[in-house]
Amino acid sequence: MSDRSVPLFWRKSKQMYNLIGSECITCGTRYFPGRRICPQCRKEGQMHEFKFSGKGQVVTYSVVRDAPEGYELEVPYIVAIVQLEEGPRLTTPITYCDLDEIFIGMPVEACFRKLREAGDHGIIIYGYKFRPIKGAKPN
Amino acid sequence: MVGIVGYGIYIPRYRIKTEEIARIWGADGERVAKGLLVEEKSVPGTDEDAATMAVEAARNSVTQAQIDPTEIGAVYCGSESFPYAVKPTATIVAQAICASEHIQCADLEFACKAGSAGIQICMSHVIAKEMKYGMAIGTDCSQGKPRDALEYSASAGAASFIIGDDSREIIAEIEGTYSYTTDTPDFWRREGSEFPRHGSRFTGEPAYFAHVIAGAKGIMKKLELSVEDFNYAVFHMPNGKFPIKTGKTLGIPLDKVKPGLIVIRIGNTYSASSLIGLCRIFDLASPDERILCVSYGSGAGSDAFSFLMTENITEKRENSGVPTVDDYIEDKEYIDYALYAKHRRKIKKMM
Repeated sequence: MSDRSVPLFWRKSKQMYNLIGSECITCGTRYFPGRRICPQCRKEGQMHEFKFSGKGQVVTYSVVRDAPEGYELEVPYIVAIVQLEEGPRLTTPITYCDLDEIFIGMPVEACFRKLREAGDHGIIIYGYKFRPIKGAKPN
Repeated sequence: MVGIVGYGIYIPRYRIKTEEIARIWGADGERVAKGLLVEEKSVPGTDEDAATMAVEAARNSVTQAQIDPTEIGAVYCGSESFPYAVKPTATIVAQAICASEHIQCADLEFACKAGSAGIQICMSHVIAKEMKYGMAIGTDCSQGKPRDALEYSASAGAASFIIGDDSREIIAEIEGTYSYTTDTPDFWRREGSEFPRHGSRFTGEPAYFAHVIAGAKGIMKKLELSVEDFNYAVFHMPNGKFPIKTGKTLGIPLDKVKPGLIVIRIGNTYSASSLIGLCRIFDLASPDERILCVSYGSGAGSDAFSFLMTENITEKRENSGVPTVDDYIEDKEYIDYALYAKHRRKIKKMM
């Protein structure tokens, strides 16, 4: 990851820190990541920023044992598709979760974590991961 | 009136026992644990650092305060383990709590007391009516060199406070603050050095004890209060022995010091140490109870505070749903020294 890619992460930091996407006022559909145009309402749609609650549940998951560069210390780690309470699905690492603890339908919540570092001297990328909600039962 | 409108903490869930660290270095673990009064310490995950913990604590404090984060006028982040040498952590926190962009932010460093220095700065802003709320955070992923005495205690955690002046919102009035500061090089980390160094026993009498006791006596004299006026006392906790000895020297009964003595179970969280202890007391205290809090930062100085709990604490504690200090202390997973070395990046050569 080169220092020139910093603007790419800076532009996404709002959505990555606080799960800010968009909502179409016309049809009520919510999007993450945010969209400028509602694909259902098109020019009739009116979009505005929407902050998601950060609560959701695991739809499916996979365990990564052979990580790409920059993620070696995390191995083995879980990557899941999480459905947010408000509807959209996203792909996210699951942290604070043992491999034998994860299950489809697990209630999870967003937390703030370090996502990756550009080596020892480059930028540190922060954003959301999800963690199990303690004591919550599957829906 | 100026005081705390909301507070929140964060402690990572991983723990390593003192006995496990002692096993690696051939020391008597039981003896070390009893000597330091540190049974286990918190360890950050591989994806956690002083910034992520500060954000988690800050979000808890905003939730508990039940305020609009855009009304926060300043974020001060105190640490000695910032992830960047140049690039503020306070800006990361401000954006992550959805604060306004029209805000003052700064990182503070004064060994283990930069967080309490942030509280003092926020107090000044609020008293001067420059802003409605200020946020002060103490956060650290402290470093302990392998086999050094510090390795048994250096841990990780964060505490965040929102300071305001509306008596309808304040959960603990800050009756006053007092600082005692000298140039005493008991503990330091040079630019570019990975681990701090210290003057061993020199960190005791002329450093920690001289400054913490002077701070405690100073605030009592300033506010015309005596030891009997306080229901609780919390001091910076480099280990369990030092704060207990300080209480004894000041004539404070042990049962007033014990509730804040979190170091036994999570180690020394540096900039967050006395502040997490203070939050545990906030979790327990009743309206009209008074708390003495004295932080300590090597180099050296102490910040002393007198807090008077208000009746607002009951409602905010019960209704905010924010995890308590005990919730974080009890939520733990033990790791061995090998995993600890990986988490703390003590393994230098990897494929």
